Amino acid sequence: MSELSVVPSSLARPERAPHSAPGAAAVAWMMLERDLKLAFRKASQLVQPLAFFAMVTTLFPLAITPELTRLRHIASGVLWAAALLSSLLALEFLFRDDAQDGTLEQYALSGRALTGLLAAKTAAHWLLTGLPLALMAPLAAVSLGVPAHALPGILASVTLGTVTMSLLGAVGAALTLGVRRAGALLSLLTLPLAIPVLIFGAHATQLAIRGEPYGASLTLLAALAVFGMTLAPLAAAAAVRINLE
Amino acid sequence: MTWTWFHRLASPPHLYRTAGRLTPWFAWPAALLILAGLIGGLWLAPPDYQQGDAYRIMYVHAPSAWLSLMVYTIMAVAGAIGLIWRMKAAHALAAAAAPIGASFTLATLVTGSLWGKPMWGTYWQWDPRLTSELLLFFLYLGYMGLRAAFEDLQRADRVSAVLAVVGVINVPIIHYSVVWWNSLHQGPSVMYLGRPTMPPSMLVPLLLMFLGFTLFFGAVVLVRLQGEVLNRERAARWVEEEVGA
Amino acid sequence: MSEATLKGENVHLWRGERHVLRGVAFTVSGGECLQLTGPNGAGKTSLLRTVCGMSYPEAGRISWRGADVREDLPSFHAEMAYLGHEPPLKLELTGRENLQYWVGVRRRFAAAELDAVLERVGGRRWADRPVRTLSAGQKRRVALAGLLLMAVPLWLLDEPTTNLDVEGQHLVGALIDEHLAAGGLAMAAVHHPLAVSERGLRRLELGGV
Repeated sequence: MSELSVVPSSLARPERAPHSAPGAAAVAWMMLERDLKLAFRKASQLVQPLAFFAMVTTLFPLAITPELTRLRHIASGVLWAAALLSSLLALEFLFRDDAQDGTLEQYALSGRALTGLLAAKTAAHWLLTGLPLALMAPLAAVSLGVPAHALPGILASVTLGTVTMSLLGAVGAALTLGVRRAGALLSLLTLPLAIPVLIFGAHATQLAIRGEPYGASLTLLAALAVFGMTLAPLAAAAAVRINLE
Repeated sequence: MTWTWFHRLASPPHLYRTAGRLTPWFAWPAALLILAGLIGGLWLAPPDYQQGDAYRIMYVHAPSAWLSLMVYTIMAVAGAIGLIWRMKAAHALAAAAAPIGASFTLATLVTGSLWGKPMWGTYWQWDPRLTSELLLFFLYLGYMGLRAAFEDLQRADRVSAVLAVVGVINVPIIHYSVVWWNSLHQGPSVMYLGRPTMPPSMLVPLLLMFLGFTLFFGAVVLVRLQGEVLNRERAARWVEEEVGA
Repeated sequence: MSEATLKGENVHLWRGERHVLRGVAFTVSGGECLQLTGPNGAGKTSLLRTVCGMSYPEAGRISWRGADVREDLPSFHAEMAYLGHEPPLKLELTGRENLQYWVGVRRRFAAAELDAVLERVGGRRWADRPVRTLSAGQKRRVALAGLLLMAVPLWLLDEPTTNLDVEGQHLVGALIDEHLAAGGLAMAAVHHPLAVSERGLRRLELGGV
């Protein structure tokens, strides 16, 4: 005989069983904690996008010239192209695991807003991939001959840019959830949408390198990020639901 | 009450027949308008004082560009209608329109490139119009690629509809950022005739071409729509009766 | 009125070009378990997913407490638990952690309650090992613990006894019996009859395509 009152005694009564459900903030925090915990238990995965970033930035000096004074001119472009491509690589493990083992489905059926849950997952993903990338960017910049005074600007712009990349990537990953080997398709879908980030971000970086004020471009990058934060989780939730049908 | 025609359109056999009946009403006027526009533009209109006869490619280039954008918008609107009201006919329209829009985008790029040679001396320049069109072309390719990645037609419809809506929201942002980027870097002059106003002898054929192209799109999309409907309904009995075994 | 009743009326569902569900109808009231049987491909899983609201039927409706579930899916989901073929568990987390993150977004529960459900499914001993190290049967038991922990009136189960030994199958039957005795409802797709008492059992056979 079970002593559990796990099945609410209020079943027979007409009113809904009054569960105490956690608030939206607690739920978001729970998702964040979960994804961070999971990522650290498979930590080798986290390193890959960063290694890729380092590798790609190394390609350019090898392919073009080792002279730092000349590399400085293409540094902003190289950094941003590498950052964008590395972000794409990192999108693999945003939703895929959860979709495959059925946990994403359980979240879609939890009665909580899927938009908020996906937003929390995207935030965790950024903390795990975008932020490290942003922290590496100044290092890569130095290797491309960028002067020290430009580094804070580079850090700031790549930080904001990776936020938007994670958000756009979430939409792309949600759309291609069921597609096998979606890598190329994901890039094709996400990169055109990422062009504004690339343009404003590279410009901010370029201004920083030249020692000119870059506040306006940073503001534009921030605006893109905010715009993404409002719309991307919605689109991603819609796409996830469609793919779970 | 007034919406019954709308709901009846959703019925596949009705949609098929209506599309078939409407096609000539688009096709013939389109042919006449395009013919008139071509005669007016290629022959009757005077040469431009700056570009000579080279500008005449505008009569194909400008309408193609306009349509490449209009078709994407139609795809997004049709997708949204299909998502919200679960109308399969709307999804069929989006599917039918996509390759046509992509073709118009390609035509814009090709005519733009051909126009570029006499204007700039090169077959390609990163001017804002061409760059935006190129990105739009990638958006179309992404849409069609996403559709093709799903075996389940219903899922393909709904996922690509989400993509189209996300895309159409981003198109103005992408375009603005490209224009901004171009203005920063002393880009080549925009691909229109230098003067703000065009004489009627030049303007009228252009308007005829715009209208003709739009009707041409209408005719082609109706034909493709019939094909889409047949493909989607191929197991149904009305298809056998309509088209024969 | 708003009694705990699940009803399906004239449900039609297509999967691609297959007409999987053809006018399926059923009623499940409090204290009843609807056992879904049928050959592979008959639509058992499709029906469960349609009831959940994951698949959208081309015709017909599903109602819970007298109202169409589509009108307020989140509220319906809050009263419903769905277990698919595979236990929804992250391999890198322990059983206990899985339950915390899985059920924790739905409701708050005390550690004692978590311990109690693990005890009930016989999993207290290995609840703190990564799920990766558990056998298929143990994973299924963790999933059943999650089901209990959710504390909802409606259970939708897809092959709940897969990978379970005889003792495990009896456990499932006992859990369902207890659930029904408390007034809960269940709908279960099975290949073999459930070890559930006859009194609350209803049957629905879905035809093959």
